Amino acid sequence: MKLHEYQAKQVFAEAGIPTPGSTLATSVDEVVEAASDLGYPVAVKAQVHVGGRGKAGGIKLAENETEAREAAESILGMDLKGYTVDKVLVEEAVDFTNELYVGVTMDRGEGKPVVMVSEKGGVNIEEVAEEDPEAIAREHVDPAFGLHPFQARKVVYDAGIPREVAGDVASILTTLYELYEDRDGSDVEVNPLMVTSDDEVIAADAVMNIDEDALFRQPELAEMEDEAAEDELEAKANEYGFDYVRLDGNVGIIGNGAGLVMTTLDLVDYYGGKPANFLDIGGGAKAERVANALDMVFSDENVDSVVFNIFGGITRGDEVAKGINSALEQFDEIPKRVVVRLAGTNAEEGREILNDELVTVEETLEGAVQRAVEYADTEAEQ
Amino acid sequence: MSILVDDDTRVVVQGITGGEGKFHAEQMIDYGTNVVAGAVPGKGGQEVAGVPVYDTVHDAVDEEDADASVIFVPPAFAADAIFEALDTDLDLAVAITEGIPTQDMAKVNKRLQETDTRLQGPNCPGIITPGEAKLGILPGNIFSEGKVGLVSRSGTLTYQVVDSLTQRGIGQTTAIGIGGDPIIGTDFIDALELFEADEETEAVVMCGEIGGEDEEEAAEYIAQNMDTPVAGFIAGRTAPPGKRMGHAGAIVSGSGTGTAESKINALNEAGVPVGDTPEEVADDIEDLL
Repeated sequence: MKLHEYQAKQVFAEAGIPTPGSTLATSVDEVVEAASDLGYPVAVKAQVHVGGRGKAGGIKLAENETEAREAAESILGMDLKGYTVDKVLVEEAVDFTNELYVGVTMDRGEGKPVVMVSEKGGVNIEEVAEEDPEAIAREHVDPAFGLHPFQARKVVYDAGIPREVAGDVASILTTLYELYEDRDGSDVEVNPLMVTSDDEVIAADAVMNIDEDALFRQPELAEMEDEAAEDELEAKANEYGFDYVRLDGNVGIIGNGAGLVMTTLDLVDYYGGKPANFLDIGGGAKAERVANALDMVFSDENVDSVVFNIFGGITRGDEVAKGINSALEQFDEIPKRVVVRLAGTNAEEGREILNDELVTVEETLEGAVQRAVEYADTEAEQ
Repeated sequence: MSILVDDDTRVVVQGITGGEGKFHAEQMIDYGTNVVAGAVPGKGGQEVAGVPVYDTVHDAVDEEDADASVIFVPPAFAADAIFEALDTDLDLAVAITEGIPTQDMAKVNKRLQETDTRLQGPNCPGIITPGEAKLGILPGNIFSEGKVGLVSRSGTLTYQVVDSLTQRGIGQTTAIGIGGDPIIGTDFIDALELFEADEETEAVVMCGEIGGEDEEEAAEYIAQNMDTPVAGFIAGRTAPPGKRMGHAGAIVSGSGTGTAESKINALNEAGVPVGDTPEEVADDIEDLL
């Protein structure tokens, strides 16, 4: 789960990390008022879950009221890579001499957290990571002990951070690691960490992503989840408790188990179709869940056909069949053709229950996918 | 022969009094697995699925000589259950639980390096040696005894491939699901090493998926260390970057690591054929045997 910049900064500020003065605003007038309270120049920053906001026009500097108004008018309501901007952070512009990078994440290869520091912070940190990985100093952390103070100092010196600010940067890194640990972060970073002409260090941006599997013990952060920021269908999937990812094709896909659903997507592509989504109904799904899954996929107007692929271990074919029947019987006319493939536990019973007038039943995964692709092509032509 | 589990494995089920734990304990026993005990704090003295329940895993080991555990404990308590299993020096602990916080697993990972217990999972379907024992939630009826070892990050994808093999009359020595989380115990290389050492295993199927670099590392291991032929499959060729595809570990990072392409190339370079479909994997195995 991603926090917005303004939420992450609030968490950082409470933990003692210096951040610029700022106010959240949702209208042009609020932006102008906030800017005059903070004092010019200010930065007006879109609050959406999109990387590279600045380059996409979602961050603008304003030296005076006219510019603040213009910035607010252009950013509020704008479409930023598919997300509509409905709030902006108005923030004191920091007069910096240098931009640094500090971050904490999990190194899954090592199975250990890793802290990272670079003297080359700013918008191009991803390129730095690709082209000049040596410029990012790294230190693995033993999760049983946490980040030792010497490690924080070492990684800061290794990164070549100027001596005047090294102590402050190490201290900010230590706080970041504590937040990462206490708040179940998956990625916690500051980029850029700005250095001013009088050697103050300020977090000009803030990233805090939380491990979704740990939200049960982070109720305060769970409440910060901004559902409006998500795709409408992805929000609906959350409500139903499905793993769902929307894609841009027209073959709807429902299955059980992440690996098998991914494989079904790949097969749709392999047989010349385009997957519309990834939808994993998980293990042991009962009839109602199955019906909800169909409802989800039918809600996507891009979908031209649906392939329902279940390999039952703990999921029972007869339960799935009942769910499919009851979901489809509600319609006078089935919205899109549905191809079903059942295998594993109680698959035969399930195939007997399925109403042939409502769905096409296929025996094999390959056969089901080819049929669904064919239906989607026919539907798309009409 | 087989790897890790067989007729003699004595199993304790952690979380046997819960719905999932009880159901699957019964299924495991029906399959013929030697389940000797359950362990649930506060439930000692009860009997579930015909086996005695103890308050601690230590008691189950002391009283019933359990040497492997299967963990069906909810995510909030699962890391503690794994720590408990590791504290008793069992040979094997299989964690089925999905949704354990990653930082809990980082701590478990640290502890693993200090014990002799092997962890499998979490977020995995378990392990089965057909005709002898299953620890976990795999549907026993699709497996058959034979000569092919199988290691996979995904449960239902394993079933799909095994079903294709079984229908062609190709049986399995052992099938092991290593789990779809970012931090796991037994990984591809560990499983491949065990299959390589197993005399009965004549070929191995390895089913990977997007995310991380485990498949690439496994490919290098295969090239350098394995005589037993391997056939591969990689799920997630069409997954977009930055989106978690169900499994917490199945994500192609923004910088492009963890892609299906990189894994398929690595495996091909190691001489491992990678099927475009699960049926093609079964074809490859037929060719290799």
